[in-house]
Amino acid sequence: MTEIFQITALSLQVSTTATLVSLLIGLPFGTWLALGSFRGRNVILSIINTGMALPPVVVGLVVAITLWRSGPLGDLRLIYTPIAIIIAQTVIAAPVVTGLTAAALEALDPRLQQQLLGLGASRVQMAWYLWREARLPLLAALMAGFGSVISEVGASMMVGGNIRGQTRVLTTAIVLETSKGEFEKALALSALLLILTYLINLALTWIQQRGRKADWQPAPRKSS
Amino acid sequence: MIEVRNLLIQRNGRDVLNIDSLDIQRGETLAVVGPNGAGKTTLLLALAHLLKPARGEIRFDGKSLANWDKLEYRRKISFVFQSPLLLDMTVEQNVALGLKFRGVAKAEVQSRVERWVKSLGVESLAQRRASQLSGGEAQRVSLARAFVLNPELMLLDEPFAALDSPTRVQLLEDLSALLRKDHLTAIFVTHNLKEAAQMGDRVAVIAGGELKQVGTARQIKSKPADETVKAFLRELPQ
Repeated sequence: MTEIFQITALSLQVSTTATLVSLLIGLPFGTWLALGSFRGRNVILSIINTGMALPPVVVGLVVAITLWRSGPLGDLRLIYTPIAIIIAQTVIAAPVVTGLTAAALEALDPRLQQQLLGLGASRVQMAWYLWREARLPLLAALMAGFGSVISEVGASMMVGGNIRGQTRVLTTAIVLETSKGEFEKALALSALLLILTYLINLALTWIQQRGRKADWQPAPRKSS
Repeated sequence: MIEVRNLLIQRNGRDVLNIDSLDIQRGETLAVVGPNGAGKTTLLLALAHLLKPARGEIRFDGKSLANWDKLEYRRKISFVFQSPLLLDMTVEQNVALGLKFRGVAKAEVQSRVERWVKSLGVESLAQRRASQLSGGEAQRVSLARAFVLNPELMLLDEPFAALDSPTRVQLLEDLSALLRKDHLTAIFVTHNLKEAAQMGDRVAVIAGGELKQVGTARQIKSKPADETVKAFLRELPQ
């Protein structure tokens, strides 16, 4: 029981951290792509859109080679640590958050930027209020980013090594139990993973729909 | 106050606005009329320092816009678009937006917002969300959001074009009274010569990206500068 608790806690810790780091990268980068008009923008957007479908095993392989003891960042001794999993999951989630952020902002009325600047907004103030206007699709970007990493197994396995008590997360534990023929344990862990994912998405959906409901609350009656 | 000299604006490599000379005096309302695609909105965007000229310059208080800090300059003006472009928040929060950008103290924001929602007749809607307003109400909020900034220059891009006739007439009267009361400098773009005559101390006619004529509405009607202006005036709602 203690081990399951530890595995679950590590899964949440690693995937939440990777999602937050992806948000820190993806939100400003996606905003820059959505609002900018520069040569090569479409090429970068197409690379980001391709990155949204990056196979986790490929990411795992590249990050493993980079962090391998003989690799370019081998001296950091990060391979088979939770940080290595966070790095790999960030590489998976960052394009998702970036691409969906750019799409969310591009869907806004383009004159809104000019209106905010025309009211005296600085660039940062403009970006903040555009994020505020696009908060529903931006929350969807956050959910998609988290969903892409909490459920992946290939990268976590390759860079984490599935070491008991150190880098074992829910998905890698499910693979291990299945390979041992312990289907009941694998099914129980799968159910736990599904419930956790559902609860986190339920919370985010609740926040998202609360914002939507506020748009549609009935108008107060006019006093005659 | 505003001097436009030898101005050329290009978009996608194409000339869209070419003005040799145009002056706007402090406290004056200049109405700009012209057909669709004439370059009226482009002129306003250039005056708001939102478009960079390919040639020439615009001077504000004797200083070229190129030498103004963009943010400092934009905080001297306010821009009202044809569409209200309100944010998804309450009326009061929308009106306070520009003041928040300028870091105005909360108590002052409160009193200025209260004054202007009252002046524009939307005080009963102050707590309502922008998405629940009618077109006319939303445009009143958009005007309050611009007036509350006490701008040195107000740019109005066909703000009532999408509204029904009775609402438009009422809003024009209210806007005209507010502009004159505070002696604000404004540039008001419209399709309608009657509106232009009502709003503007002078009227400028723009067609095909060129400034064709500037004068009072009476002067323009009685002595159109050329055949283009004459043809355009014939097609305008009188």
